[in-house]
Amino acid sequence: MLVLGHRTSEWCGVAPALEEDIALANIALDLIGQAKLWLEYAGEVEDAERTANTLAFRRDFYDFRNLLMLELPNEDYARTIIRHFLFDAFQVPWLEALAASSDETISSIGQKTVKEANYHLERSQDTVVALGDGTEESNTRMQKALHDLWPYAGEMFQDDEIDRMMQGESIAPLPSSMKKAWELRVERVFNDAFLILPDSDFSHSGGRQGIRHTEHLGHMLASMQFLQRAYPGASW
Amino acid sequence: MYAQMVKSTGETVVAKEKLSPKEREFQDRIDRGEKIEPKDWMPEEYRKNLIRQIGQHAHSEIVGQLPEGNWITRAPTLERKANLLAKVQDEAGHGLYLYCAAETLGVSRDELFDMLHKGKMKYSSIFNYPTLTWADMGAIGWLVDGAAIMNQVPLQRTSYGPYARAMVRICKEESFHQRQGFQIMLTMAQGTEDQKRMAQDALNRFWYPSLMMFGPSDKDSVHSAQSMAWKIKMNSNDELRQKFVDEIAPQAAFLGLNIPDDDLVWNEKTGHHDYSEPDWDEFFQVISGNGPCNKERLDARKKAWNDGAWVRDGMLAHARKKAMRKVAE
Repeated sequence: MLVLGHRTSEWCGVAPALEEDIALANIALDLIGQAKLWLEYAGEVEDAERTANTLAFRRDFYDFRNLLMLELPNEDYARTIIRHFLFDAFQVPWLEALAASSDETISSIGQKTVKEANYHLERSQDTVVALGDGTEESNTRMQKALHDLWPYAGEMFQDDEIDRMMQGESIAPLPSSMKKAWELRVERVFNDAFLILPDSDFSHSGGRQGIRHTEHLGHMLASMQFLQRAYPGASW
Repeated sequence: MYAQMVKSTGETVVAKEKLSPKEREFQDRIDRGEKIEPKDWMPEEYRKNLIRQIGQHAHSEIVGQLPEGNWITRAPTLERKANLLAKVQDEAGHGLYLYCAAETLGVSRDELFDMLHKGKMKYSSIFNYPTLTWADMGAIGWLVDGAAIMNQVPLQRTSYGPYARAMVRICKEESFHQRQGFQIMLTMAQGTEDQKRMAQDALNRFWYPSLMMFGPSDKDSVHSAQSMAWKIKMNSNDELRQKFVDEIAPQAAFLGLNIPDDDLVWNEKTGHHDYSEPDWDEFFQVISGNGPCNKERLDARKKAWNDGAWVRDGMLAHARKKAMRKVAE
């Protein structure tokens, strides 16, 4: 959430139209708000006196647990929109499932944030269809973005030890259980958008475990964490 | 003030008896405090002046996103990041209201953008200064939004209905932004030595450019009379500048920061602060394109517009195809 929120906020002031600028800022605000809720709770569960801000601004790259797809640079509007759609199509059912979590806080965050995610999905889905259908150029750009991001999409559905533990305690479902429905939706939308799904099952991995990140995350953290790093102990 | 160099075509006000009956009726409506609405008859010069003024204001909002946008990715906490993002988003929203208000006068948003990109229309000089530290986010909110409010509050009573109504919404948000900016300054002024230094440095750099926001001194501003008669400009530049100085001086003292003007003192006789004029040569340089960031700001806007062309074209093409498919069904 934090990483995608940050990337989305980079559009502020330079989006293709004023309406898009405003909508993207809204989405970035939602994501940063959601990040805050999750990080606050993570700090509480960890019980080591780390606040949401400490977790966001004082961890180095190997302690960041995020999907690799979300830390990639925005590149252009096509990649931005395709990334949002691939992610939103996973987030909505995921947050719906979390809303039914056995953990009360996770359940309440799930209930609160799924409303926002629904709006994000509706918007990114419509934009994918519009720009896929639009002009030859917009179709080509969207197709390229889909091709570039596809090898990162599978990471959303990879289960690890923590996922299995959470499933065991009915805190969260296995990510892999979300895959089928996601594929159906994605196929349908890309079909409506005249975009061809890449024929590959390969997926990068490791971002969610902090085993591997792209080179881009370090640069993002360098700017995001600058003030907290350069002036430790100051309050802002 | 976001529209600081609106060149009015009528330098002096035409005496009422020399006006045509239609023009006289128009002026009478304004004098009675009535609002002029888009479908009402209006003198061509009134329309042109308003387009320039609203256009400059709208451009200032969207160019004004850039200096603050420069710090969104480096905001120090999640709360500050969200506040700043929301603020810059409000500016895009203000731009949108204002372009819509200008559209009611018969000029499209695309035409106005085109004039901005070609350098045929201006935006406020203040946005041609760089934002170098986080304290600049405080200084911009406190001083720049503060100066904008000074100008825009009276414009809520301006004669053109859509402009006046846009101003009502904008002013509400601007005063929130100003409080937020002051809050950042307060936190930093009470913070560590480094933060105090940043806060003082931001005030040093933004003080005179903020004074310039009200436009040239009244003695050099020959274009105001007609605009004031038409109530599209409500107060003189110097009047508003003085009001601003009087409001900010005690706030700076409260923050423990020094306004970079040795001659700034309270004058018992006038009931106002005496203060030094900004460097007007610098102002005219900045207005004519030679400010520290003019080229970068305009290039950033042009790049965003050009890079986004395929998106806008794609959306339009899709909307057309969708409509055609509906007809075909």
